[in-house]
Order: sequence, then structure tokens, then C-alpha cells
Amino acid sequence: MTGFLARRFLNYVVLCLVATFMAFSLASLTFDPLDKLQGRNPAPPAEVIEAKRAELRLDDPIPARFVAWAGDAVQGDFGRTVTNQSITDQLWRRVGVSLRLFLLGTTLGITVGVILGVAGAIRQYKASDYFVTLSSFVILSAPVFLIGTLLKVGALQLNQGAETPLLYFTGEFTPGFQGSWSAALLDRLQHLVLPTLAIALGQIALYSRYQRSAMLDVLGSDFLRTAQAKGLTRRKALFKHGLRTALIPMATLFAFGFGLLITGGVFTERIFAWYGMGDWFIYGVEQQDTNIVATVTLFVAVLVLVSGWLSDVLYAALDPRVRI
Amino acid sequence: MSVSVTRSTDGRPDGPGPAAGPPVDIEPPTPQTRGKLVLRRFLRNRLAVAGLATILLLYAMAFLSPLFAPWDYIEQDYTAFLQPPSLSHWFGTTQIGGDVFAQTMRGLQKSLTIGLLVALISMVVAATVGATAGYFGGWVDRCLMWVVDLLLVLPSLLVIAILSPAFRGDSWLLFVVLLAAFAWMITARIVRGMTLTLREREFVKAARFMGVPSWKIIARHIVPNMASILIIDTTISVGLAILAETGLSFFGFGVQAPDVSLGTLIADGTRSALTFPWLFLFAGGLLVLAVLAVNFVGDGLRDALDPNSLGRGSSPDEAEEPAGVRVPAA
Repeated sequence: MTGFLARRFLNYVVLCLVATFMAFSLASLTFDPLDKLQGRNPAPPAEVIEAKRAELRLDDPIPARFVAWAGDAVQGDFGRTVTNQSITDQLWRRVGVSLRLFLLGTTLGITVGVILGVAGAIRQYKASDYFVTLSSFVILSAPVFLIGTLLKVGALQLNQGAETPLLYFTGEFTPGFQGSWSAALLDRLQHLVLPTLAIALGQIALYSRYQRSAMLDVLGSDFLRTAQAKGLTRRKALFKHGLRTALIPMATLFAFGFGLLITGGVFTERIFAWYGMGDWFIYGVEQQDTNIVATVTLFVAVLVLVSGWLSDVLYAALDPRVRI
Repeated sequence: MSVSVTRSTDGRPDGPGPAAGPPVDIEPPTPQTRGKLVLRRFLRNRLAVAGLATILLLYAMAFLSPLFAPWDYIEQDYTAFLQPPSLSHWFGTTQIGGDVFAQTMRGLQKSLTIGLLVALISMVVAATVGATAGYFGGWVDRCLMWVVDLLLVLPSLLVIAILSPAFRGDSWLLFVVLLAAFAWMITARIVRGMTLTLREREFVKAARFMGVPSWKIIARHIVPNMASILIIDTTISVGLAILAETGLSFFGFGVQAPDVSLGTLIADGTRSALTFPWLFLFAGGLLVLAVLAVNFVGDGLRDALDPNSLGRGSSPDEAEEPAGVRVPAA
């Protein structure tokens, strides 16, 4: 088992590297960072553009540029933006913002999703089951940017109804907020609710769908009947034997749900003006900045692969047959 | 949204019928053709029928309404800026007097067409790559699956966004190709898994021993036997492709002005969503409706084509890949 996980891990490291290289090359090929400079009015002198060209090493071959960037990145220096700001300075703050969103989103998504799924399976074809099923279908059919916008509209109505701002929908905190420690925490919470909801709703819908059908599979199984026959109460049999078995396929789902989470994060950060990695990526493409794009890609690749690896580990933890 | 690979292959591949294409074995006597059976099962599912009707209706609306609607999507009404829905402008007007109804219909056309094309192209790629990898095995398999893994590491939204400056100003067909290029990987894995089992079946072996070339075996015997999976998957991909397209267009990386798609309309609308909701509500509502309808049809098709599946959202357990986990690409 350890050997298997180690091999998987090594494969993932290689995939990370290749994925980042791919993004770096594609970005270098398609981006024209001098475009913004040349398009200025009045046009800057030719020497300035040449200097910028040399600074960005645009005349070097792409693999050489990548090796230089990756060499620095390994030592914790992710290069500079086109406008000559340090990427590393912003990086960790932005990573923190995104990770907070992702972690809250997954935790909420898995917890609520699993609970709703199990409830739906146990109370199959009841009104509550139909309601959850239908809502998750609708949510899975709606893009995150639509959900986010609707949440914004809803919050506005709520704020107007309460006649005081209860929920905020721009930024992660009120700029220049002065106040006690607890008031600051409350302020952050008020900013946190909507983006977290926007990102978690899709996850909840996804997990509850699968948890429901996995649980339904288990409900009809022989071992559950046996567990009850040997004297366990239904509740105990369901949760000790049923739920654990029904959670196994969720471990695989976890890795896939993460991809959804990341793209969802890009939209959420943009809509609610959170300066995280997703927002940075879009900014990077708009500014035609290879280094920003490569840094965010590396971050995403690491996240996707860590979640894939985690799901392997989870699978092993839940399913004794996998442990050798 | 899941298709359990191991279960669904069981017993079905040699089932005859128009969808499956008759392999070289003998047809068992069946009182009813498979097509009729599938059709009856599909029609029994009311949600799926309603979904199909909705899609047809949306297509008809998107392509026929420009014939009788009072305004064109590029026209501007200088007497009505930012007006709420009325009799002359059914969905209201934009800041510069554009008719929201005409624009929404145009966007619906674009989004539906792109969704359908992307799904079809990516199905062809997935079937080819998956069947090739599964049939030949060995290093071909390993190389192709490594590419699949690599493409799965990078969310397609990011890759297409990176490429977007290069095709800005080019035709939207290029955008379709790009979307399709990053939408086939999961289906390819499913196809590969099924090919692995099909490869060992007698009719494939017989064909091989008779000297039929490999590509012909793949095209004649392997792929037709996965027709139902491919049909189901293509349907589901239509919804995903529409979501991917709107997502990219939302950021301005997809369909470019002056052309519109539901994504660009929603993006424009959200800027003033709080005060002028008609700018994005109609486009958003139609988008959700279209994707929802496609998903219902996909579910109905699975129940009809694949009696072994456990119905809607059957569990991904046992399947080599959680096939149903078709997370939106964007």
C-alpha cells in the first residue's frame, strides 16, 4: 500500500511539472506582453520596448525561459509580473484567500451533501427527497456565475428588508475597518457567507446525488439485513455498516469534485471581488502575463493532484479490501 | 449521471439491434426490435420526454423567432434605453437600446449550436482514443492514458483561457474545436474500460483470427457495441459544453462581440443585475432550462438504453472510473 501510494505520488509530481510546463509554453506562445506597451498613446520610444523585451527575455527560447523560471520557483521565487512587481509577495496572501474558500466549500459541500444524500435515501420518495433531488438537479444545471449573481440579488433584498447591511458581497473585509477583534471577525464572517454559499451549493448538489444512490444501493444489501438480524438497531446498522460502505465511492468522487471546486472558485472570486488565485489567473490572462499564469497553474495542478492522492488514501482508509 | 461500466457491458454487447449494430454472432429470436423497446422505455419516463420537448422547443424558438420578432439582435432602439419588458420589447432593452429578446434568442442559438457541436466532436475523439488505447493495450494504452491524465490535471477553463488571446477575432468554430479538445478525456476512459472487456469477446477474437485489420475491428465491432454509452454520454456532454461555453464567454474568452452567446449576455447583465434584472434573468433562466432539459433527456436515455443501470445517478462504485462524475468543465 505504501509503495503504491509512493508510486502514485511520484507520478503526480511528474504530471505537475509537465502540466506547468504546458501552461507556461502555451502562455508564452499566445501572449504578447508588449502589446499593452506598444498600444500606448503617445507610443513609447523603441528603446523602452526593447528594454522590456530584454527584461522579459522574450528572445530566449521558451524551454530556456521555463527552466529559468522553474529554477527560481523551486527556491520560492516565482518571478516578476509584466509590470515588474514581485509575484511571491502577493502569492501567499492569495493562496490563503483561495484555500479558505476551497476548504470551507469542500467541508460544507461534503458534510451537507452526505447528510442530505443519506436522508434522501432513507426517506426515499418522500416530499423532502423530491425537493432535494429537484433542487440539486437545478443547481447542477446552473453555472456558478449565475448562482453567485442571484445570491447577490438575494442579499440585497435581505439587506433592504433588514434596513442594515447583514451580508456583504464585495471583497473579503471592509477596507479600513476599525474596531475590536470580535467586530473584525464578524465583519469577515459577513463577507464570507455569500461566496462560500456560492461555491458550496454546487458541491452539496453533486455529493448529495451520489451519496443518495450509493446509500440506496447499500440499503438493499444483505449485510445490512444480517446486521439487523444479529440484533443491531436499524439506526446503528445504518450508520455503522451502511454509511461506511456507502461512503467508499464518495472517496473517488472527492477528487473529481475538486476540479469543479477550482473552476467554481475562479467565478466566485471574480464575482465577489476576492483577490485569490482564480481572480489572479483571469487578471494574468488579461494582462498577458506568463509568470502569473504559470504560478496559478502550478497551484491548481498541485491542488488537483493532492486531492487525487488524498482520495486514494481515503479510499484505502474506508475500504479494507484495498489494504494489503 | 453515472454509467457503471462493469455492469452495463454485461450481456449487452452481443444484443442485436439498430443501435448496437449487429456483430458477427447469430441473432437470438426477439419478439420486439431493440429500438422499439428503447423507445417505449424512454417514453415511459415523463421527465425525459418533457426534457426532449423543451429542447426541441428551445431550438425552434432560437432559430425561428428572428423571422417574426420585431427587432434584430444588432439593431438599436434610440427611443428606449434600459426599458423593462414591454409589448414592443418583450424582454426589455439594454443601455444602448438593444432588444434583449432578439439578443437572447441569438445567444440561445449560439450556445445550443456550440453545445451540440462540441459534444459530437468530443464523442468522436473519445471513442477513437479510448477504443485505440483499450484495443491495442501496452505502450499505446499507457501513452494515451498519460495524455488523458495530464489533460485532466489542468481544468479546461484555464487552458482555453490561456489560449484565448490567440484566437481572438477568429471564427467561433475554432472556439468549438478548442472546447471539444478538452472535453473528451473522461469519456475516453470509460470507452477504454469497455474496450478492455469487449476485446476478449468471441466475436472480436473471431474477426481478428479471420484477419480483419485492427482499425476495422475497432470501427465495426468495438465502437458500435458501445453505442448506448456513447449516446448517453454525448447527451450529457451537451449540457456540460453549454456550461463551459457560457463560462468562458462570461470572462470574454469565448464568443466575441458583436456576436453574443448566453454567457456574454449574462456577463453584461450581471454588471447591473441589482437594478436591471431583466438584462440577465431571461438569458440565465433559458440557460438553466436548456441544461436541465438536456440532463433529463440524458438520464432518460440511460434508463432506456441501459436496463442494468440503477437509474438516475447510479452509484459510481465498482466502475473503473466514476463515469457519472461529469463535472462541468467551466
